[in-house]
Amino acid sequence: MKGSLIILSFFATGLLLGVFRFIPISWASAEVSFYVLCALMFSVGFSIGHQPDTIRQFRKIHSKVLFLPLTTIVGTFAGVFVVSFIFKHSTTELLAVGSGFGYYSLSSILITQYKGIELGTIALLSNIMREILTLLFAPILVRWFGKLSPIAAGGATTMDTTFPIIVRTSGKEFSIVSIYHGFIMDFTVPFLITLFCSI
Amino acid sequence: MYIVLLFMLTGIISGYLLRKKKLGFMNGLILTLIWALLFLLGLEVGMNETVVRKFASLGLEAAIIAIAATLGSVIGAKLLWGSIKSHKQ
Repeated sequence: MKGSLIILSFFATGLLLGVFRFIPISWASAEVSFYVLCALMFSVGFSIGHQPDTIRQFRKIHSKVLFLPLTTIVGTFAGVFVVSFIFKHSTTELLAVGSGFGYYSLSSILITQYKGIELGTIALLSNIMREILTLLFAPILVRWFGKLSPIAAGGATTMDTTFPIIVRTSGKEFSIVSIYHGFIMDFTVPFLITLFCSI
Repeated sequence: MYIVLLFMLTGIISGYLLRKKKLGFMNGLILTLIWALLFLLGLEVGMNETVVRKFASLGLEAAIIAIAATLGSVIGAKLLWGSIKSHKQ
């Protein structure tokens, strides 16, 4: 929990500095984030390679884990379906938003093109929030919903942005599950969004 | 996306090659980079005027969808995890 609060305070500080323009705009370019992400991925990879035992541990993981992307998709749709009736947008439109699975850049661009800027902005916000929820609550999710839950929550982001936090909370032996999950989810995002926007 | 994975692969190989060396600072470095990334994400969101302006009106709907989607998927993961654990015993 303390770890989540520290992470949240870094996010909040960035948010406030951004809103009030206390920092030169060039700092916030996606490019800078990308370099930091690359450095992070190198470090995470390094710590995995540094302890070869972790890769061997994956063999102990059950083959049923291969179904994780499927339970993520079905679970997400069930959750969105239940709450969809309280909003003015149609259920299929909101299922399209849910089909971003945290991949906010791609989902917001696609949905803006298919359905306009309003639903596109909802997709952007909602999927950023999913990513943030995963980053903040991964330690709590592990305790309440088991070691696979931070991966399910991370959706399509589990092989990049939420990967380091998943490895920290679920354990290094889940790194390959996390990459596998992110890889499959990444591919399904454009297909499912196109499907729900065309129904 | 694939460049990011390439960085991790390079990291795994270098980590493996240097596995005999003790490098205790690695965990601290990872945590620092996570903080930097979250700070930058906040900065990016805060500087996006469209998102900030519409945040109040669309934010609530987006938040409820995000929470419902996350909750649904972790319940799915819990069921799968439960079936794996019961299978092992």
